[in-house]
Parts: sequence; structure tokens; C-alpha cells
Amino acid sequence: MKFIKFLILGIVFGIVMAKSEAISWFRIQEMFRFQAFHMYGIIGTAVTLGVIGVALIKKFKIRDFHGNPISFYPKEKSIIRYLLGGIIFGLGWALSGACPGPMVVNIGYGFLTMTIVFLFAIVGTYLYGLIKDKLPH
Amino acid sequence: MRELITQTWSWWFSGAMIAGIMFFLLYFGQSFGFSSNLRTICAAAGAGKKTKFFDFKWKTQIWNLVFLVGAIIGGFIAKQFMSTDLPVQISTDTISDLAKLGIAAPASLQPAELFSLDAILSVKGFLVLAMGGLMVGFGSRYAGGCTSGHAISGLSDLQVPSLIAVVGFFIGGLAMTFLILPLIF
Repeated sequence: MKFIKFLILGIVFGIVMAKSEAISWFRIQEMFRFQAFHMYGIIGTAVTLGVIGVALIKKFKIRDFHGNPISFYPKEKSIIRYLLGGIIFGLGWALSGACPGPMVVNIGYGFLTMTIVFLFAIVGTYLYGLIKDKLPH
Repeated sequence: MRELITQTWSWWFSGAMIAGIMFFLLYFGQSFGFSSNLRTICAAAGAGKKTKFFDFKWKTQIWNLVFLVGAIIGGFIAKQFMSTDLPVQISTDTISDLAKLGIAAPASLQPAELFSLDAILSVKGFLVLAMGGLMVGFGSRYAGGCTSGHAISGLSDLQVPSLIAVVGFFIGGLAMTFLILPLIF
């Protein structure tokens, strides 16, 4: 039962992604062509509220429901892995019109061919794990 | 009242809900990052026996797999009970740009040219979806996160690596949109 809260959050996430149309290939194309504010509004609102909330959590040392401090770990410093990894991700995002979350929301929505995208995303992650040590990080 | 649910949800409400989900996950002692699930699935399938990258305590990540299952259910609920099935209302500029690529104006949320059964039964159609997924899966792990982990969680914590990753997302996305898509379609 300790997982039910994550199931509910996942359901809410799926509904929001679908109802905001962020799972639509058309919306991603519209975003990368800078022809509408919609996607920028969604991400911008989330990040603006996120920045304020994270700052408040740090300032007031807010604890989680276990009573542990909520901590944020700085990601390791590098440029090449974030830039190269990000570019590869972006190429795939604009081609398939879906990042990992929206892939599975699409499957639930009934676009079952998105299963191919999701399965190959798993394969892509596996390939990364295989050749990780040979890549610049 | 019912229209408020069935119409496209506004960007500000949707964005606020996503921030809310991120804060609930933090409150529950976790963090918002969806692509980690791809690594967890590899590990759960036994990839850790041969590859060190997948040799970790994946069972600590079950909460995120449960979140993933929830996301599938959420998509189903949205379609079955909260949708009018109207085509996605994208900008007319986008519609005419896509028409030049041979992709018709939206009839639903997704283009039939990419996601219909007919499309994936052709070699090209299958490769488009397979390569798209492959690059998302490879790139998200190489960059250490996807839209949720970097663009939402990382930027909210003002992390420079996440900003670099998001710049990368856009370089790749713009290159695909303006340079490569015209070659494919």
C-alpha cells in the first residue's frame, strides 16, 4: 500500500500530460518551430513555480513525510555529456514527438504504436550502458 | 462545467499541476525523473549481470515504475472519460509547414503518417519510430535525465548541468525539425 501514492501521482501526471496535449507530436513540432506559446507556457510555469518552491524548501529546511530533510544533490560538473546527450535526446524528441513520460501516456491513451518508441527507448538506454565507458563524460 | 474537463487544459494550469507533482514526489522522499525508469527496466530484466551500469539496487526504484503504470492509466482515463476527441488545435503556421512535409492537418492528437498501423508496417515508418525511441533512450541516459529530470527538476534547482542539457535538447530538436525531417518526409 505504500506505493499507492505514487500510483495516484502517476495517474494525475498522465491525465495532465494528455489533457494539456503535451503528448502530441503536433504540439512538439509547434514548439520547435516557435509557432505557439502553449508548450513554453507549460514548462515555464512548472519551472517558475519549481524555482520558488525549491528555494522555500531550502530556506525553511522543510522535511519530507518521513521527517528527513529534503536534499538536492548537485549534478556532477561537465559540459560534454549534457550537451551531447541532450542533442541526441532532442533529435529523438523532435522525431518521435515524445519524451519518456509522454510515450507511456500515449500507450494508455490508445496510440499503441508508441509501444515501439518506448521499447526502443529501453534498447537505447541499454546501448548507453554497454558503451558508457567509451563515451566522453 | 464538463467543458472545463474535456477541453484542452490551459498551459498555466497544466504547468502548475506538473510543479505540484514534483513537490509531492519530493515530499514523499523521491524526485521527479521519468527516464530513470528505462534504466530500472534494463536492470530488472537482468542486464546488471553483464553490464555494471545496470548493476544497482533497482528495487529501490519500484516507486517510479508504479508512477509509470499510473501514467499509462492516466492516459487511458483522459481518453475514455475526459476527452472530446477533437483534433489538437495547433497553430495554422505549423499546419502549413507540416503540409509541405506531407503531413496532414491534425485529425486527432497524433499524425496518422507516423503512428497508424499502416505507417509502422512500412520499413521507413518503423525506422522513424524505432530511431526516435532509440535516441531518446540513449540521449536521456547520456545526459543524465530527460524533460522531467533536467528541464523541470534540474532547472527548478538552478543547476547549470540541467541548463546545458536543455540547450542540447533544443539544438537536437531544432536540427531534427529544420534539417532532418525535410529529408525524411
